[in-house]
Amino acid sequence: MTVLAVTATERAEFLTFVPLAILSVVAAVAMVLSRNAVYSALMLVVNFFCLAGFYVLLEAQFIAAVQVIVYAGAIMVLFLFVLMLLGIGSEDVLTETIPGQRPAAAVLGLLLLGAVGFALANGGFGGGAGSLAAVNAGGNVQAIGRLLFTRYVFAFEAVGMLLVVAAVGALVLGKWRQ
Amino acid sequence: MRVGTNAYLLLSALLFTIGVVGVLIRRNAIVVFMCIELMLNAVNLTLVTFSRINGTLDGQVMAFFVMVVAAAEVVVGLAIIMSIFRTRRSSSVDDSNLLKY
Repeated sequence: MTVLAVTATERAEFLTFVPLAILSVVAAVAMVLSRNAVYSALMLVVNFFCLAGFYVLLEAQFIAAVQVIVYAGAIMVLFLFVLMLLGIGSEDVLTETIPGQRPAAAVLGLLLLGAVGFALANGGFGGGAGSLAAVNAGGNVQAIGRLLFTRYVFAFEAVGMLLVVAAVGALVLGKWRQ
Repeated sequence: MRVGTNAYLLLSALLFTIGVVGVLIRRNAIVVFMCIELMLNAVNLTLVTFSRINGTLDGQVMAFFVMVVAAAEVVVGLAIIMSIFRTRRSSSVDDSNLLKY
């Protein structure tokens, strides 16, 4: 058993994972703490690019491309568009409106992280390093497309319907009433 | 020097927690919305990691569906924020405590 031997691929994954992980957490914290909403949006874009990197490491090339195109491209542009439309002059109010809200939020967040960390430490999620090399042999996009149009075809159609409903709903909500 | 799949799960738990804390402490509705996006992305990372653990692509398909639902949710949510801003001239979540007027 040569389980402990580290291959070049694993070392490359490690060397990519650690900077990306640090960058993504720093970007997320900066997003929450920044007073200007535009900076928050830009930090969120950085975080999305880091997640695209993780998806590549996890052998999910299609999801990585969709992450960059749809999330970092379309959704964040929509966010920035609305931010500019509402005016960026309104800085966030920094006083606590509910007494003790921030310490309570921190305690609840730590509890959540502790619970998930406890479950992970106890091996609740398997934790084995599987591989997608077999199912990705003919290409990740081809395999996902095959799955999407066979087993998940009903969900695919339903999601298309959902997008139409969302577009119509946005039109109705955005209509200017005099 | 190896990255186990637990590292990815722990990282996504961390990102999810940051998103939760952001929703709890921020007052600007758009920033709260961005924190929700962060949580959705953390869950996507979990799904893709589970996909690798199991050696099947179902997790990635599920992450794809989560992305589509997130896109629809962003469109409707931002339209709601815009229409609240039009009537109240504010995007703070403290100012909108009634559903009407």
